[in-house]
Amino acid sequence: MSVVTSFSPVDPHHLGHSNLSLGTEWEEARGHGEGGPASKSVIVSYGFWIFLLSDIVMFSAFFAAYQVLAGTASDAAPSFDLSNVAIETGCLLLSSFLCGVASLCANRRRLFGTEIFLFLTGVLGAVFLTLEIREFVDLIQQHQGPADGAYYSAFFALVGCHGLHITAGLLWLGTMMAQIFAKGFRQDILRRLTCFSLFWHALDIVWVAIFSLVYLMRFAP
Amino acid sequence: MFGRLTWQAIPWSEPIPLIAAGGVGFLLAAVVGWVFVKGYAPYMWKEWITSVDHKRIGVMYCLLALVMLLRGFSDALMMRSQQAVAFHGGGYLPPDHYNQIFSAHGTIMIFFVAMPFVIGLMNFVVPLQLGIRDVAFPTLNSVSFWLTAAGALLVNISLVVGEFARTGWLPYPPLSELQYSPGVGVDYYLWSLQISGAGTLLSGINLVTTILKMRAPGMSYTRMPVFCWTALASNLLIVAAFPVLTAVTAMLLLDRYLGFHFFTNEMGGNPMMFVNLIWVWGHPEVYILVLPAFGVFSEVISTFSGKPLFGYRSMVAATMAICLLSWLVWLHHFFTMGAGADVNGFFGIMTMIIAVPTGVKVYNWLFTMYGGKVRFEPPMLWSIGFMVTFVIGGMTGVLMAVPPADFVLHNSLFLVAHFHNVIIGGVLFGLFAGYNYWFPKAFGFRLDEKWGKRAFWLWFVGFYAAFMPLYVLGLLGMTRRMQHFDRPEWYPWVLAAAAGAGLITLGIGAQIVQLVVSIRNRAALRDITGDPWDGRTLEWATASPPPAFNFAVMPNVKGEEPYWGMKTKARELAHLLTAEPSYQPISVPRNTATGVVTAFFAVVIGFAMIWRIYWLAGIGFVGLYAAFVAFAWRNRSEEEIPAAEVARRDRDNRFVRSSVLAEGASQ
Repeated sequence: MSVVTSFSPVDPHHLGHSNLSLGTEWEEARGHGEGGPASKSVIVSYGFWIFLLSDIVMFSAFFAAYQVLAGTASDAAPSFDLSNVAIETGCLLLSSFLCGVASLCANRRRLFGTEIFLFLTGVLGAVFLTLEIREFVDLIQQHQGPADGAYYSAFFALVGCHGLHITAGLLWLGTMMAQIFAKGFRQDILRRLTCFSLFWHALDIVWVAIFSLVYLMRFAP
Repeated sequence: MFGRLTWQAIPWSEPIPLIAAGGVGFLLAAVVGWVFVKGYAPYMWKEWITSVDHKRIGVMYCLLALVMLLRGFSDALMMRSQQAVAFHGGGYLPPDHYNQIFSAHGTIMIFFVAMPFVIGLMNFVVPLQLGIRDVAFPTLNSVSFWLTAAGALLVNISLVVGEFARTGWLPYPPLSELQYSPGVGVDYYLWSLQISGAGTLLSGINLVTTILKMRAPGMSYTRMPVFCWTALASNLLIVAAFPVLTAVTAMLLLDRYLGFHFFTNEMGGNPMMFVNLIWVWGHPEVYILVLPAFGVFSEVISTFSGKPLFGYRSMVAATMAICLLSWLVWLHHFFTMGAGADVNGFFGIMTMIIAVPTGVKVYNWLFTMYGGKVRFEPPMLWSIGFMVTFVIGGMTGVLMAVPPADFVLHNSLFLVAHFHNVIIGGVLFGLFAGYNYWFPKAFGFRLDEKWGKRAFWLWFVGFYAAFMPLYVLGLLGMTRRMQHFDRPEWYPWVLAAAAGAGLITLGIGAQIVQLVVSIRNRAALRDITGDPWDGRTLEWATASPPPAFNFAVMPNVKGEEPYWGMKTKARELAHLLTAEPSYQPISVPRNTATGVVTAFFAVVIGFAMIWRIYWLAGIGFVGLYAAFVAFAWRNRSEEEIPAAEVARRDRDNRFVRSSVLAEGASQ
């Protein structure tokens, strides 16, 4: 007995749909992909989004560790200076806004405006970082440093990881400003600027989570 | 000045690592010397080391994996021979050395054999199958590869400078904390994983973007070859899982370097949190490895059965189901933690459920072969060997997914037999199938068939001889990682396993012979047409080896198996379907040393941090930043291949293919 009882040129192997690619009525591709590769700017932004998502997964591991170890905090848990944290948050959000303004300037190819607003973005980032380092130093001096207990370890690692990202962002920002200054608004430099602003805004999102979970929750009843 | 690094770091009193390192060092020096004396150095630098071509990088990944396979397998031989002579005695490996060997074996085989081999195949094949010219980020691809190589280098340095971890392939705390592992072994492990893990993550981002955003015109999702689907699933898992590995290794590093208390016994640390976090990465990791292997089998079985894959859509659905379910089973690695019956029950059932999509795949492969004209060439032999072996391994896995059974079997050699059964029978067989299958595409000549078959049979029989006894030993109560033992009823099985390892050694020998013989007979084995296996996917539409630009004209995809469709039609008409196109110059990305320079500084940082030479680490970071700025400062990122060159390469390919079609018509 033959396996194939009837031979159809469209579906010779009984797959239930067309397999041959030419001369059939199902020729046209449906859905995504019919147009060939996306443009360079789409590819770069998309890839950077994937990176940001992976970065957020990494933060989520630190958040999870924080939540697990937060239960170990004794009565001597740190009483954060909320006004300090409020100023930090303000700096970061305003910095993100100014970064957006810099992108608008770059879109209009305004060199001076782009540089100024990027510079202000960086200044606010640096202020944030200074305040954070001061907070860390204070805590360590009060024997609430990362080696003084699991809660502090998790706190320093989570907040410090965000701080490290800000530091890397500032270094990146410096090179972006230099590139724009030296080479102008080249296509590849504009794509990098888009990635940088995505990065900077993503750090805000992470900070909002840190602010709520780490700082505000300690004051929750 | 040099941190903890002194002359005592070199194990002068232990001859085995010294001789091994001496041998490796001599071999390395000989290869480098040969390259320089023969004047190949500029070629190596321009065409390989600084290359950003996805095909070259893929080949280098696979080469790294094959070299590290020899290293990891020597460790395996040492373990098997140690146990074979350690009945009622101490054997020849002291315990602290034996512990390093089993730790290094697992670490190397997973991170520096399986991972680079899988990523190498995906790198080489995916853009060709998608009908495009490169991956999304070619320079990043080079950085990824060299970071992986940097991690491998650090592991190998540990052989002779200092020591490797003695904590197993996953360094569970508190054993891996500074208090109980004060040496540099765990630091070697952590830094090399941190560096190579970053490379893997970047590679995952690259391939996800490539597959989702860069397919040839007409290549909709349901027209992608199954290998591309499995590559997509695997890279999505990389993007979501590797950041967790980075985080958990960072936490252990903080514990060890700065006195943090994530996983310590005291001050509120929680060692079980390490076990949870590492397996949240670790379980998806096994699917990162095995899914692309499933993709290889799908391609191979369909090609060598002369039929389209049975149940393409169910295969895609099964792949994505596994991709999702792989996140819901991590706790089955530590049922004995004591999470309670409900939690264990949930994870046990999820683990059993994952066998369902896997079963769908096995049946699809079987039905693909059913009614087909099966050609038993080496890639197909590996695939059939896989189906038999993997089903056995899968069933012992489902057995251990039953928590009460796991309480008896965990940490025994039964477990060791199970995961070797699925990793060797699943991943490694798949990689060898892919190696035999795509080798002609990469180098323009086939691998010798006779030696390929010998290698398969030696491996296949050797695998069963080496690992089936371990199931028995596990049921007899032998735990894993034993340096010596005194139970007479275990002894014959231990000897049998050692004999099996001997057979596998012969199998690896046959593979080396296969490579040498094939290179020597390359003229006779030449793949002139670019389609040596009567393939069905787009990588066989271009020449072997493909030109740097892959396709002179991007293929216009009009259905599933686009190349098979074109070929069938062309065979009917006995001429090529398309007229010669008007050739345009093609831009390809310029080579760059960014990858290798980045990796150099990564090695400097890793080595300096391991030995606590902080000034050197500082220099490494400055160098890394300088490399980043230098790359950003480049003015020309692409170069053009002139239309005449494109035309020359493509006309050659068209000429060969038209002659074949004309010959086919005249017969």
